[in-house]
Amino acid sequence: MSRKTLAYLLLLAAGLAAPFFVYPVLVMKVLCFALFACAFNLLLGYTGLLSFGHAAFFGTGAYVAGYAIKGWGLPTELGLLAGTAAAAILGWAFGSLAIRRTGIYFAMVTLALAQMVYFIFLQAPFTGGEDGLQGVPRGTLLGLVDLSRDINLYYFVLAIFAFGFWLIYRTIHSPFGQILKAIRENEPRAISLGYDVAKYKLLAFVISATLSGLAGATKMLVFKFATLTDAHWHSSGEVVLMTILGGMGTVFGPVVGSSVIITLQNELADKVGSLVTVIMGSIFVICVLLFRRGIVGEIIALYRRMVGQKG
Amino acid sequence: MGQLMLGLVNGSFYAVLSLGLAVIFGMLNIINFAHGALYMMGAFLAWMGLEYLGIGYWQALVLAPLTVGVFGIVIERTMLQWLYKLDHLYGLLLTFGLALVIEGLFTNGYGVSGQPYSIPAELSGGFNLGFMFLPHYRGWVILASLAVCFGTWFGIEKTRLGAYLRAATENPKLTQAFGINVPLMVMLTYGFGAALAGFAGVLAAPVIQVSPLMGSHLIITVFAVVVIGGMGSILGSILTGLGLGVIEGITNLLYPAASATVVFVIMAIVLLVRPAGLFGKEQ
Amino acid sequence: MKHKLLCVAIAAALIPAAPAVLAQAKPAAMKLSDNMVKIGVLTDMSGVYSDLGGQGAVTAVQMAIDDFKAQYKPKFKIEMVYADHQNKADVGSNKAREWYDTQGVDMVTDLLNSGVALAVAKVTQEKKRVVMVVGAGSTRLTDQDCTPNTVHYAYDTYSLANVAGKAIVKNGGDTWFFLTADYAFGQSLEKDTSDVVKANGGKVLGSVRHPLNASDFSSYLLQAQASKAKIIGLANAGGDTINAIKAASEFGITKTQHLAGLLMFITDIHALGLQTTQGMLLTSGFYWDKDDATRKFAKRYFDKTKRMPTMVQAGDYSAVTTYLKAVVAAGTDDAAAVMKKMKETPINDFFAKNGTIRVDGRMIHDMYLMQVKKPSESKYPWDYYDIKSVVPGNEAYQPLSVSHCSLVKK
Repeated sequence: MSRKTLAYLLLLAAGLAAPFFVYPVLVMKVLCFALFACAFNLLLGYTGLLSFGHAAFFGTGAYVAGYAIKGWGLPTELGLLAGTAAAAILGWAFGSLAIRRTGIYFAMVTLALAQMVYFIFLQAPFTGGEDGLQGVPRGTLLGLVDLSRDINLYYFVLAIFAFGFWLIYRTIHSPFGQILKAIRENEPRAISLGYDVAKYKLLAFVISATLSGLAGATKMLVFKFATLTDAHWHSSGEVVLMTILGGMGTVFGPVVGSSVIITLQNELADKVGSLVTVIMGSIFVICVLLFRRGIVGEIIALYRRMVGQKG
Repeated sequence: MGQLMLGLVNGSFYAVLSLGLAVIFGMLNIINFAHGALYMMGAFLAWMGLEYLGIGYWQALVLAPLTVGVFGIVIERTMLQWLYKLDHLYGLLLTFGLALVIEGLFTNGYGVSGQPYSIPAELSGGFNLGFMFLPHYRGWVILASLAVCFGTWFGIEKTRLGAYLRAATENPKLTQAFGINVPLMVMLTYGFGAALAGFAGVLAAPVIQVSPLMGSHLIITVFAVVVIGGMGSILGSILTGLGLGVIEGITNLLYPAASATVVFVIMAIVLLVRPAGLFGKEQ
Repeated sequence: MKHKLLCVAIAAALIPAAPAVLAQAKPAAMKLSDNMVKIGVLTDMSGVYSDLGGQGAVTAVQMAIDDFKAQYKPKFKIEMVYADHQNKADVGSNKAREWYDTQGVDMVTDLLNSGVALAVAKVTQEKKRVVMVVGAGSTRLTDQDCTPNTVHYAYDTYSLANVAGKAIVKNGGDTWFFLTADYAFGQSLEKDTSDVVKANGGKVLGSVRHPLNASDFSSYLLQAQASKAKIIGLANAGGDTINAIKAASEFGITKTQHLAGLLMFITDIHALGLQTTQGMLLTSGFYWDKDDATRKFAKRYFDKTKRMPTMVQAGDYSAVTTYLKAVVAAGTDDAAAVMKKMKETPINDFFAKNGTIRVDGRMIHDMYLMQVKKPSESKYPWDYYDIKSVVPGNEAYQPLSVSHCSLVKK
């Protein structure tokens, strides 16, 4: 067994044991945001596209799944699928528009499009406006497992996260992922090698949006509601922060980043009061100025340096 | 007709703000996410000047942008300048973080209900234009922002300093080789862009509630304006700003439900037809 | 049987005033889950509603606890925790869940945002504790989303709209035009108010919808002006209301027409200044300068915070006091028993006269129509309102006959 596989197994074991030591709802929240950040990282870290509108997919996943379960009475698993599919379609539409521009323009276009989605959710009759879509039943898994028990739901959420994480891992390490990295490093060269760059970018965008939608839908299931916060551009900013803080372009960075941010938000809620925004902003500034590789990135760099010295 | 005039007022704010973004972008290749926060600072400084120091509107119109400009220079010197060699996205991220910090600090200090700031006595009242009642102050906003916009355009397109600036944008290394202090120009440009945002803030203080969140409501719309206009030309960003204000005004009248989204819809259409923006150069 | 009822009635009447009697009536030890009553203040410390509750809410709740301890000398400990819900429903409900699960919190109060309040109400029902919503205004809390564990305390959007419509039409403002925020909240505010206006013989001449956080209100106001309606109803909130009022004053609209704020707080008037807001009509459940009792509380509060209390902050004080009295009266902190006690005991304090908590959890008390004073009439800081009329609670709130709440038997 390679060292890598061992590490993954250890992590899985930690995930399985976590609810016995930490408050399970909090861990579920972390898992949802970790999946969201990993999906986002596929775009930022591996394709070099900074989207500032990913909250639109997160929110769409949450709202559509919530409405499918509460409004149409779909079973839980179909509801999640509906939310994910809706995010995928939206991702395709936005992606087609946004990849016409690169770099900073790409960021602004996604931000503006996401803001439009926010307004639609605000005004649409089914979302409950600023009250949000509340009281969505968690239901059962395949009619067998009662998901209203936190512990059952926890393992369901862990499974979803593991699936999403595995999918992203496979994507990154496939030939497709290699081409994405090539595009990130040198787009003109990828074009000259004969790759249809636009198509690859769009596909990456859609995958990222789809998994973000899945994360949103899962989060909705955990909390039993979807609200405007999910689709607000602050959420887009938060996921950027999680990814950068953890280390973009690393497999584990987003997981670490989201754990730190969610835990901080939870812990700070009753300690610093109104300074939460300032602290979040400061972390952002410090990361960009001093720790551009993020936590995991710095650890990897440190590890390599040590190994390098020995060798 | 009345709606067109009002649209023009809003357009003036868009124009000054997107102009500031365009100036900064031209020189630094950074999208200044903190622009909304700087705009808010301008308005707040005007209010603070009046509240604590007894500084009136007219002095504030000069002093507040200057202060914001200096603040911008400090940011540029202490933080932004370390990022020029990196991907431009880092500039966006840094300014995003700064925007959060600035807004958070003001919220912490002054709450979010906002502060009152009244229209200067000289400009209260209004004209009766026959088809509408136009408050003097709104007329002043249009005049003042047009003057500033075209002043900037003239400064950049027609003067020697502007020529240096354009040269430095085009090819910084060569310009440096000619003995022009490019880092200094970059610093001043960011300061100037920040001052423009501060100026718009002071202009807005009497008509919009001075609150810590006033900038973040506006900034995304302004981003859309910038995408529609394209960053290619100074004139482009001014005209797009004014034009979109007018379009918004018309939408308010015809189909108010869409007035929040119309800018974004236009943006999507422009992206489909002319990805570089109306006034942008194709890469 | 009759005798027993009488005893209960007497005891209930004596409870607020007589700790000695109380001690005799309940000699048995209190049945508390952990010999402590813990109150959680979940509020917005940094966002758009922080001026309504925020740090002030924490202060008000602490005052309520201190006053209760001083007056009743309870045998158990009373503690307070607080947190910032950041207006995010997931942060709020997560915090409440954690408080209930790990910290033994018995009651959560304040809750400034409807989305957060609804989410916390569901958690509270699940965990069988008590939630007293003071800050959020959505009628859903006691209507289709009511729970046996929810008390909705100070106001709701229906009562604000209803009181404004009723009282303003009676005072001669019989033609209306609405400026409405284009989402569920604004639309229901507009609908509630126009129904009342029509029912009282007034006319609605039209309305215009604007997006949330609209950049400019002048174009909407010109349409309102053209309608020549006597009253322009502002069916929006926060920054939108404030910017609409500013523009109205700038365009000289307030000289010929009256603005009616359907969801405004004293902090908004304070922020805008009397010059801009003079003559405006608005409704509230509390005004600090109403009578000696309110002034007494307000002065004490002002000494601590340098601001006068809003309806929400005063409501927090009253809600916490009501809850603590009910805990003592019930002799337990068990949610069902406390809720039962609260619903059968009338509330009499500076905040509410003969207030009652209805079966659906709605606290019913008198509401007021205020008019904002001219700058020349304002004699001292925060002297902002004239009370134009008082609408009794049973006329102000949504009647149970149209309720969708499952607790209401029809």
